Amino acid sequence: MRHAAALRLSRLAEPLVEAIIRLCGWSAIFFVFAIFFFVFREGAPMLFGALDLGEFFTSVNWRPDSRIQAQYGVLALLAGTASVTALAMLLSVPAGLGAAIFVSEFCPPRVRETLKIVIELLAAIPSVVWGFIGYMVLNPVLIAVTGAPIGINILNGGIILALMSVPIIMSVGEDALKAVPDTYREAAIALGASRWQVVYKVLLPAAKNGLLAAALLGIGRSVGETMAVLMATGHAVQIPHSLLDPVRTLTATIAAELGETVEGGDHYRVLFVIGTLLMLMAFLVNLTADLVVKGVRGKQNG
Amino acid sequence: MVTDSVDPHIAFRNVSVSYGRKVALDRVTLEIPRHEIFGIIGPANSGKTTLLKCINRTIDFAPLARVDGQVLVGGEDVYQMANVFELRRRIGMVFPLPVGLPLSVYDNVAYAPRMAGLTRRDELDALVETCLRHAALWDEVKDRMQLLGTRLSGGQQQRLTIARALSHRPEILCLDEFSIAVDPVTTMKIEDVLLDLKQQMTIVLVTNLVQQARRLADRVAFLNNATLIEVGPTEHVFSEHPAERLTFDYVRGHFG
Amino acid sequence: MARDAATTTGPGAGDAIGRFAAGPVERRKALVERLVAWLLGSLTVLLVLPLIAILATLVAKAWPVLSWAFITQNPQTYMTAGGIWAPLIGTFYLVFISLAVAAPIGVLAGVYLNEYAGENWTTRLVTLAVVNLAGVPSIVHALFGVGAFVLFAGIGRSVLAASLTLAVMTLPVIITSTKEALAAVPQSFREACWNMGASRWQTIRTIVLPNATSGILTGVILQVSRAAGETAPILFTGAVFYVAVPDRGLASFFPYGLFDRCMALSYHLFTISTQVTGVSEALQYGTAVVLIGLVISVNLASISLRVYLRSRKRW
Repeated sequence: MRHAAALRLSRLAEPLVEAIIRLCGWSAIFFVFAIFFFVFREGAPMLFGALDLGEFFTSVNWRPDSRIQAQYGVLALLAGTASVTALAMLLSVPAGLGAAIFVSEFCPPRVRETLKIVIELLAAIPSVVWGFIGYMVLNPVLIAVTGAPIGINILNGGIILALMSVPIIMSVGEDALKAVPDTYREAAIALGASRWQVVYKVLLPAAKNGLLAAALLGIGRSVGETMAVLMATGHAVQIPHSLLDPVRTLTATIAAELGETVEGGDHYRVLFVIGTLLMLMAFLVNLTADLVVKGVRGKQNG
Repeated sequence: MVTDSVDPHIAFRNVSVSYGRKVALDRVTLEIPRHEIFGIIGPANSGKTTLLKCINRTIDFAPLARVDGQVLVGGEDVYQMANVFELRRRIGMVFPLPVGLPLSVYDNVAYAPRMAGLTRRDELDALVETCLRHAALWDEVKDRMQLLGTRLSGGQQQRLTIARALSHRPEILCLDEFSIAVDPVTTMKIEDVLLDLKQQMTIVLVTNLVQQARRLADRVAFLNNATLIEVGPTEHVFSEHPAERLTFDYVRGHFG
Repeated sequence: MARDAATTTGPGAGDAIGRFAAGPVERRKALVERLVAWLLGSLTVLLVLPLIAILATLVAKAWPVLSWAFITQNPQTYMTAGGIWAPLIGTFYLVFISLAVAAPIGVLAGVYLNEYAGENWTTRLVTLAVVNLAGVPSIVHALFGVGAFVLFAGIGRSVLAASLTLAVMTLPVIITSTKEALAAVPQSFREACWNMGASRWQTIRTIVLPNATSGILTGVILQVSRAAGETAPILFTGAVFYVAVPDRGLASFFPYGLFDRCMALSYHLFTISTQVTGVSEALQYGTAVVLIGLVISVNLASISLRVYLRSRKRW
């Protein structure tokens, strides 16, 4: 009898457990909407109120503290984000993809395992430590090498961001190369192609989309990175003219200024508007990367 | 010639199954009598496995699968049954590739009874021994019941699977090409066991070995390309003059 | 497997080419081949070497302060002396509370995605949401934390608000690795259980989850490492510049309440290196080294767990 009772209980518990599991699964959707909702909610009064969107996107004047007339132009901040990201990608995409090709196609298996662990550890280093490295270690090096008066600038931030982006570009890139069926490699080798020819003529075209997705994810990470750029790129809100100019990015602006704003004030709300903008940019990059990867899968299955 | 039994144990009434656009079974009507070994033969991809999955409704787990028509077990429509787990416990299933669960040999066999609520150690012990004996595995594993099921050899794992299928005391035992991963000697042992077991239960034997069906089955159905071609007593299907020419060709190894 | 063979037997294959056809084209091909392998190899080494150099620099500069006292003492005299106890214990608080929230939700969400979700638009939406959640910039998570937990829920800036923010942020890590761990359990195990009349949940509880533990743990440990290092999400949700807490006796292990604000190692590193003047370099480097050491040892633990459990795989 006891068995039967326990059995009945477990049969009753089953739908409950299933409901909880489903709820947890759907929570991911809930959180994405919640993030959007709450960030947007704090920024909305300003977005639909005093904020002049034309000025917001086209003005280089970011003067949130001005007593006479506060100005909220993010063009310089956008330029800051764009310049640091561009430099970081210029350095990290070739390096990351090159390393991915090396690890996936040329490397002896034992070295590959070690390298992957090193890369994994590299990816684990917190962004504030990267910022610290830029601020304390790279800064004097750059002053010595470039002769600039201060080494906290685009170059510094770009190098740091590049180092941070390499692991993700590399691991996504390696996955893309791995996804190319071995039969392609074997067929090419059977035709007398060298390993480099296999990579160049067969793998790269076949893995094109996955590698593109890797680069996109690297961009996404760079645009969203906060602490490292806050510490390593300097604090000048300006359109940069050279690699040695300090800049301020969108993310760094929020991190640096939110603490000093009055809750519910214009400045406070504008920072949330910037947050909304950042989120939309991140969604766009991620969705594109996702679609690009899906494109690959679809073609290979079909 | 008696082709329809009065009280079929399992009955298919106009059953069609499709996976998306692919049709796996096309309007199959079939009756399987009690306490017989019922052989199902046919080339690969003819719908044999799908047929089995309909009986215990594990077809439900296949994504995109769509089932039309009626499947009756003991006269009851399987899709009308309130408790599908109860149905699955009435049916033992053995699939082509041996699957030892990553549990000890003992826990493998005790799994289903435990899930059904049996916890008394002495009852479990007795049940495990009976099932392993039936599966002709007891002598080989009785001294190492704590060994992982996945560590057994392929043939032993397949017999473990059979022991597991018997552990919930099913009234129907379905075997799907059980001898693929088993050596000939073990196959013979299991075949003997099946002939024994048919006193207690109905056995549905899907096989790609035509001669195995001939040796064991009382009745044979021939499936080809999702369609049921012919059903009949074994001696008739394997005779010089089965009802369909196609059956003759397949049985003689002309295709498939 | 086959690819390993293709790549590892590469040099041998090159020799074979040389032996059979040593024409100028083939010779050039072999040369290019060697050049490319060498270039890519040195590129990879170039990525690794500076890192080792940087880490060595950090440790060397931190050496003077690294001691047991540095760990167990609080910051003193405007952060220019003493150790890092208060921020260190704060980081532990944030990590464990966020873990307690994120781990159950994340694991169950992974179970949903791999075991329950069919091929339909809900599943696609959930998968997409996880991808996007992973891509939300950390500073946006901070804004979300402020908007949702600090203000809307009225928790205020506190350990709890900061932990919840971290939990949402690290959720996708756990979901993804749980899903992958479950996907590695052979489908045939599930089918065997279903055929014996076990329900979905019984199958998951008895066979699937126990055999995916290592992968799930790996994800959980990665969550810990990320939560320990994050700074942006806690900036405005609960981290505090300085707070005096006991650093002796039992009380030193429970210095913060759920609704207190706390110090955190990552934020502490940020403040003492950029906001406070007069902090000795050794203290700054020491804090950085402890933070890196913490994160890396957690990751190494995860890696060794993975290797160990793979070595005693049960099928």
